[in-house]
Amino acid sequence: MLTEHSHIIRIQGDIITVPARNIGYGELAQVKSRYGVSLAQVIRLKGHDVFLQVFAGSRGVSTGDQVRFLGRPMRVAFGDALLGRIFNGSGEPIDNGPDLTALPKIEIGGPSVNPVRRVIPRGFIETRVPMVDVFNPLVESQKLPIFAAAGEPYNDLLARIGMRADADVVILGGIGLKYDEYLKFRHAFEEAGVISRSIMFVHTASDPVVERLLVPDMALAVAEQFGVRGKRVLVLLTDMTAFADALKEIAISMDQVPSNLGYPGSLYSDLASRYEKAVDFEGAGSITVLAVTSMPGDDVTHPVPDNTGYITEGQFYLRKGVIEPFGSLSRLKQLVIGKVTRADHGVIMNSMIRLFAKSREVEQKLAMGFDRTEDDERYIRYGKLFYERFMDLNVDIGLNDALDLGWKTLSECFRPEEVGIKQEFIDQHWTKDKLCEI
Amino acid sequence: MGDLSKGRIIAINGPLATCEVDQGREVLQNEVAYVTCQGASLKAEVIRVRGRQIDMQVFESTTGMIVGNEVTFSGELLSATLGPGILGMIYDGLQNPLTHLENEQSFFLKRGQYLNSLDEERQWDFTPSVAAGAVVKAGQYLGSVPEGLFKHHTIVPLALRGTWEVIEIMPAGPYRVSETIAVLKSTDEGREARVTLKQEWPVKMPVRAYQERLLPNRQMLTQCRLIDIFFPLAEGGTACIPGPFGAGKTVLQQIISRYAEADVVIIVACGERAGEVVETIREFPELEDPKTGGSLMNRTVIICNTSSMPVAAREASIYTGITIGEYYRSLGLKVLLLADSTSRWAQALRESSARLEEIPGEEAFPAYLESRIAAVYERAGLVQLSDGATGSLTVIGNVSPAGGNFEEPVTQNTLKVVGAFYGLSRSRSDQRRYPAIDPLISWSLYLRQMKESLAARCDGWVKLVEEVHGLLYAGSDVHQMMLVVGEEGIGLDDLITYLKSEIVDAVCLQQDSFDVVDRATSLERQVADFLLLMDMVHHPFTFENKEKARLEMTALHNRFFQMKYCPFKGESYLKYRGEIESMIAGQGAESPC
Ligand SMILES: Nc1ncnc2c1ncn2[C@@H]1O[C@H](COP(=O)(O)OP(=O)(O)O)[C@@H](O)[C@H]1O
Ligand SMILES: [Mg+2]
Repeated sequence: MLTEHSHIIRIQGDIITVPARNIGYGELAQVKSRYGVSLAQVIRLKGHDVFLQVFAGSRGVSTGDQVRFLGRPMRVAFGDALLGRIFNGSGEPIDNGPDLTALPKIEIGGPSVNPVRRVIPRGFIETRVPMVDVFNPLVESQKLPIFAAAGEPYNDLLARIGMRADADVVILGGIGLKYDEYLKFRHAFEEAGVISRSIMFVHTASDPVVERLLVPDMALAVAEQFGVRGKRVLVLLTDMTAFADALKEIAISMDQVPSNLGYPGSLYSDLASRYEKAVDFEGAGSITVLAVTSMPGDDVTHPVPDNTGYITEGQFYLRKGVIEPFGSLSRLKQLVIGKVTRADHGVIMNSMIRLFAKSREVEQKLAMGFDRTEDDERYIRYGKLFYERFMDLNVDIGLNDALDLGWKTLSECFRPEEVGIKQEFIDQHWTKDKLCEI
Repeated sequence: MGDLSKGRIIAINGPLATCEVDQGREVLQNEVAYVTCQGASLKAEVIRVRGRQIDMQVFESTTGMIVGNEVTFSGELLSATLGPGILGMIYDGLQNPLTHLENEQSFFLKRGQYLNSLDEERQWDFTPSVAAGAVVKAGQYLGSVPEGLFKHHTIVPLALRGTWEVIEIMPAGPYRVSETIAVLKSTDEGREARVTLKQEWPVKMPVRAYQERLLPNRQMLTQCRLIDIFFPLAEGGTACIPGPFGAGKTVLQQIISRYAEADVVIIVACGERAGEVVETIREFPELEDPKTGGSLMNRTVIICNTSSMPVAAREASIYTGITIGEYYRSLGLKVLLLADSTSRWAQALRESSARLEEIPGEEAFPAYLESRIAAVYERAGLVQLSDGATGSLTVIGNVSPAGGNFEEPVTQNTLKVVGAFYGLSRSRSDQRRYPAIDPLISWSLYLRQMKESLAARCDGWVKLVEEVHGLLYAGSDVHQMMLVVGEEGIGLDDLITYLKSEIVDAVCLQQDSFDVVDRATSLERQVADFLLLMDMVHHPFTFENKEKARLEMTALHNRFFQMKYCPFKGESYLKYRGEIESMIAGQGAESPC
């Protein structure tokens, strides 16, 4: 029952309005203009006026163009044949690979997982990045973004951490991705030998803005299907700020009252419905979501990183090329620390950060030109060692070695009663007689 | 049923659907309606009536809904089902039991599925407590059934007005929740009412079936030191926990939900992460309720409408939770409700307000935000019931301010109505000083209000607390000064003040939620440890110089620190306590090296 309509009565932003009957909310349509065919989706029904967001944008669409309703919401092909394949932002293969039209189709943006069918995640992922492993461990099924200002090497970090997850299926969702960055990901996938179990949905910076909205949903719908079939799936999404900006454009075109900096009031729910797809299924696979949220103006209180931080299970705050100990967080860490990892992990983590906070403070104080006390010396020394041994992203070291190095570092700078660690751990791990060497 | 109003959908905008009804059809504000859509019947609530045009928020995804779909009005307001068997349940925001929605082999929620909130088959051992002829009012007891370890009173339905005579009361025995256990007759109208173990109550209306509201004057013990000592919460009181993301709101509520001394704990997971509720769902059945020895789940109700579940049902979830809380309060129980987060509920209001194209207020929140927030918190309270016993509903709401800025509307409007404010600060959480409640900005009106009952802890308790609170301010001033003028710029006395305040911070304020001993502190231990800390605070330390002061205070600090991880009155606890006592008795510290 495909119906064609050829009477577009309104074009505003990337939204067009067509009079039509019996059209379902969320339904998909094709808009045929002289510049090509674009998918569009129903985002509002008012009487017999149907409002559609046009994924390729409304540029070049004329009032006489044809709109063909497809009678169904957006779908994407699914099957093992997807592995190794590359798609564009509207889900069409762009790698000249074999035809996929015979594959079954799945709906995107499906309902949420029943919370009682989730299990508590316990799978520690060792990344060999000490700022992650020691201080903010990554856990299978976690949803975790990298917060970074423009110019930070966030995609490198994303790829590096992602490749350690040892997932069965790796799905890349590129949203407004620069072509070079896409090539870099491909290279990283090849190097890690995961290309044959990867799927890429690549919307590049030069593609239409509204198409960005489809990418996370396609990537996550495919991930979900692999997940319920028992696969451990890793989804990499970069850059979710570009996704949020597309939401903003649509909201403005719909004359919605913005809540903050032009973003719609539903930004939180819109982001949450994507990130919440990260899950550890009871008796099946899992979906881990690592994302990039670029921060306009390096400002974490900007609505996109701010709403994201309230949704995700922590964040890695990448600043000046290192993962900042403050502001970075893994909310799932307590599920693995001391349970899956070594018993002394928790105390080392907390104590080292607390002392590092102190060392930053001393640094600021000295910057103002005050005398150095002997105490200050030790904190400064500690801060330096902390940076070299833990923060520097060139460091590549396993968790247990990093924990030992932590004890060593503490012993080199402090007396045991200064570090705020339970006596039983001090008795077991304190490296004796180190302090006296300085 | 033939009488129910019908309508047809004329517009759809996300979860907002508008329908048109026939001229002259009666429609109630907040009435429940069902929209027929692709073979399913989707629940919705009327939120605006304009002539024949009815705006409804649909509690499910509206995908596939078309103009012309049929709407059926139920004639009833959105209601909660109340009765025995709620404890231990995991509901969604509309009180659907999530455990029973585990349909087919599916991991996913299916729209349009509504199940009974209570098990209709289960039998309860009813014992009547009144005889035929008795005259009763709403909320009064007719008998009881055992629910876990509680006596779950069967009450005269809350919705009945006026006085009623018991015409018939069933003998003791097993009954299902829908079976009649009594028949009542109105003393003035002669109307009859059938009473079952379960009843319905519209969630957006406060339950007022009590004698009177009392001023909250007893402590609701949470076993979190910072709260219990510095900013105590009253039974029947209200508190809010605002804080930037990652500052520890959820962990704080989780720990309170485990260790607070309440009879019933209602957890409303409102628009936050599903994973966090999963921890509670999976762990509570394994944990022991220290009070009863049973499973912690037996005193807990979880209302779970997490962030990816439909937004409109999120708005309902807080009301569902609070109605269940009021119900258990009217059974004479001490109920604690924890909502995480009220900001998500406010955002749900904002989303529907925007779709209704109402004139927006600050940050696009609707102008009625303030009154809605006040109305929710006002439903908490300590009440005297008709049999003279008391019941209480205490509410703690998390607030998630945009950008971590407390000036925003939800935080500000909440602060106007709560009795205690636990403000979490980013700088404390960055330093891993958990719980990151900032003692310099937080407050509790109950500290003074409960002065008399708190004196049971020790004579002049409140005074001591205020004194230490003063020390924290002084310590912070010195710290600020040191950052500006350096340590050489401050006197020895100032340094001692600072070091004392750091000890108080480390061993009393900071509490490790993940340590088996430290995560919960009993009343007895709170008093014992606090008085020892006071001895330290009062001790007139004299040191030769700052170097010595630091060295000795560090040694003292460490002993206090070690002690807090030792089981109360255990061997190691007594050892550290002895060492501290001898140090502040003037014998000086042993050489720390
Ligand atoms: N009391 C605490 N003790 C130890 N760690 C804590 C505590 N509170 C919070 N944290 C840490 O901070 C993280 C974030 O806390 P959470 O309560 O989820 O923050 P919020 O709800 O404010 O966003 C937790 O996952 C945990 O690692
Ligand atoms: Mg939280």
